[in-house]
Amino acid sequence: MNRRLLTFILIIVVSLGVVGGLSKWVVDDVKLGLDLKGGFEILYEAEPIEAGGKITKESLTETAKSLEARANATGVAEPEVTTEGANRIRVKIAGVTDEAKVRDVLKKPAELTFRSARGCAADAGYCKVELRGSDFTQNGADVRQTNLNEYEITIKMKSASKFAEITREVAKLSTSGTNQLAIYLDDRMLSAPNVSSEINSTDASITGNFARAEAYDLKDTINLGALPLKLTEKYTQSVGATLGKKSLDETVEAGAIATVIILLFMMFFYRLPGIIASISIIVYIWLLLLGFNLIHATLTLPGIAAFILGIGMAVDANIIMAERIREELRSGKSILSSQKSGSKHSFRTIIDSHVTTAIAGLVLFFIGVGSVKGFAVILLLSIILSVLTNVFFSRALLTLLVRSGIVKKKSNFGVKESEVRAL
Amino acid sequence: MHYKAFDNIDEKKFSFVKKARYFFIFSIIITVLGIVTLGVFGLNYGVDFKAGSNVDISFKKDVSSQKAALETYLKDNGFGTPGMTFGAKRVTLRFDDVLTDTKEKALKQGIAEKFDKDASMEVNTVDVEIAKELQGNALKAVLIASIGIAIYVSIRFEWRFAVAAIVKLLHDAFIVISLFSIFRLEVNLPFIVAVLTIIGYSINDTVVIFDRIRENLRFAKLKTTEDIARVVDSSIWQTMSRSINTVMTVLFATVCLLVFGSESIRLFSIAILIGLVFGVYSSVFIASPLWLLLKSKQKPKTNVKSSAAS
Repeated sequence: MNRRLLTFILIIVVSLGVVGGLSKWVVDDVKLGLDLKGGFEILYEAEPIEAGGKITKESLTETAKSLEARANATGVAEPEVTTEGANRIRVKIAGVTDEAKVRDVLKKPAELTFRSARGCAADAGYCKVELRGSDFTQNGADVRQTNLNEYEITIKMKSASKFAEITREVAKLSTSGTNQLAIYLDDRMLSAPNVSSEINSTDASITGNFARAEAYDLKDTINLGALPLKLTEKYTQSVGATLGKKSLDETVEAGAIATVIILLFMMFFYRLPGIIASISIIVYIWLLLLGFNLIHATLTLPGIAAFILGIGMAVDANIIMAERIREELRSGKSILSSQKSGSKHSFRTIIDSHVTTAIAGLVLFFIGVGSVKGFAVILLLSIILSVLTNVFFSRALLTLLVRSGIVKKKSNFGVKESEVRAL
Repeated sequence: MHYKAFDNIDEKKFSFVKKARYFFIFSIIITVLGIVTLGVFGLNYGVDFKAGSNVDISFKKDVSSQKAALETYLKDNGFGTPGMTFGAKRVTLRFDDVLTDTKEKALKQGIAEKFDKDASMEVNTVDVEIAKELQGNALKAVLIASIGIAIYVSIRFEWRFAVAAIVKLLHDAFIVISLFSIFRLEVNLPFIVAVLTIIGYSINDTVVIFDRIRENLRFAKLKTTEDIARVVDSSIWQTMSRSINTVMTVLFATVCLLVFGSESIRLFSIAILIGLVFGVYSSVFIASPLWLLLKSKQKPKTNVKSSAAS
């Protein structure tokens, strides 16, 4: 047996072995989108809490982080929180069992405010909001046990001077007996401690006969509650787990049937190049899944569709090469030189068509948002891998096989001797 | 597959160039029809582009006998009378008002208690603004991508190929949009992705034929426009096996998605299917003859008019 044939067989055995052996691992690792796994996605639009306020990149990121913390606090796996554009936050949570609860937690504005009766009418209570969520340090609340074995919640503020100013002003109200700085969570008053003098500090504490569990709950709510921005839901999608699974099964089944038909078609009409194309396509699919995992892409329903169509493009590269070789064979060239010039000529065509499609993909990637961007990622990945497998790998295999000299008949390329013209 | 008839180019063979006029007219008619229907009826926007919520319920057991019960249930519990598509195990509800959190929760519980505890649902609520924005964004992306492709094709080939490729690309995308408008098929966010896929294929397809024309031009002796026309015809014929076989494999994939795939991507598959068929049609009948039309204007030699237009 000659060396080229041996190399050829070795490459095929190794690559199919790797694909077969590791496919379970690769497939298990694919991260499924919520439309295939069940879960929900919410797109929030952020607004400044105070009218006339501005949304900065920092405040948006901070809000996103805080949303992520809230989602995490409910114990869901890997919430995906991303900021989009100037004022949007997208939250994706897959595989949630108690969706209603998670959504509640996310939505709950739970804003902590310090209010006073400054400038209020006599019966208006604490009408003036002195400090709000954005004035407190993120995750700054904690629980402390006092000397009297009571639980109190400590809060950290961002600015000591602001607190000093407020407490100074509030203390002045002692003449009317309304010198309290009331602490509210949304519209619930937690406590209303008296302020007798200016407090120049970033620390404040909330006391109020809390039970231990109660205190810790409150601490969590406050920590999760200090969302710097107000959020409104702009888009929600929620998919039941069973429905997602069904979509996945059906689509994967469709993909599998399509792939089998395509491979049979290739082998039947293109014979030897068709068999090699089939091997390349299998390797290509495997690499595409692997690439998916490596870039941490999430497979969604349109993603699978793009994936299956990507296979179509991969097949095209093989068809272009096989057709070209057949043309050369029909013109009367030998198998060896047909293979050589056929691969050479088709290479340029394939590269040109891939590059033009890649340009479209790149533009979509940089300009697109949401599902358009996701589509572009799959497109670009499949183009790169398609060139690697369906051009280089396919070509190398065919070259090896032809050079090994065991391919003697033009019919192996699906060309009838009667079609061959004399040179 | 090898199509024997495609091989030798002789006079008896079908000439794409000579018949190009009819295909141009056909395409122009469809395009005009599309503009008219789009102008008059617009697109049949799905929930993604309309205010409201879409609820897809997949039941474990057959509920076809309970249609009336479901309607009464919805009415009695303050859900109103949403649009309803009723299948044996799958029901789609379409609410004109946005389903709030609480209502969504109540609906889920209600369906589970009264009809099928294993029912699984998909609920979609989209703010119109977001969908419109995504649509605008995709449109912008397509236009910029077209410019990028035009530049690349101009460098690798020449500007006339670029013009022909872009016209073809927009033609394909527009026909799919038109047909969705004419047949009142629902347009949702995945439709945008489908149109993008079609554009990707469309370019891919054309470049392969253009590449062959370029190659053949190099070896051909070109004296008259008719010589170029012959090159175009033979280039199309030479790449015909590939054009047909490629579109067939992709069609297999799409038809499989359509037949076996999930309900959620059915319209997506239909869009791709239409796009593929028209993509291969315009690659063969529109793009290359269009290039020839442009090219013939470049060399105002004898016979130019007759060969370009006839």
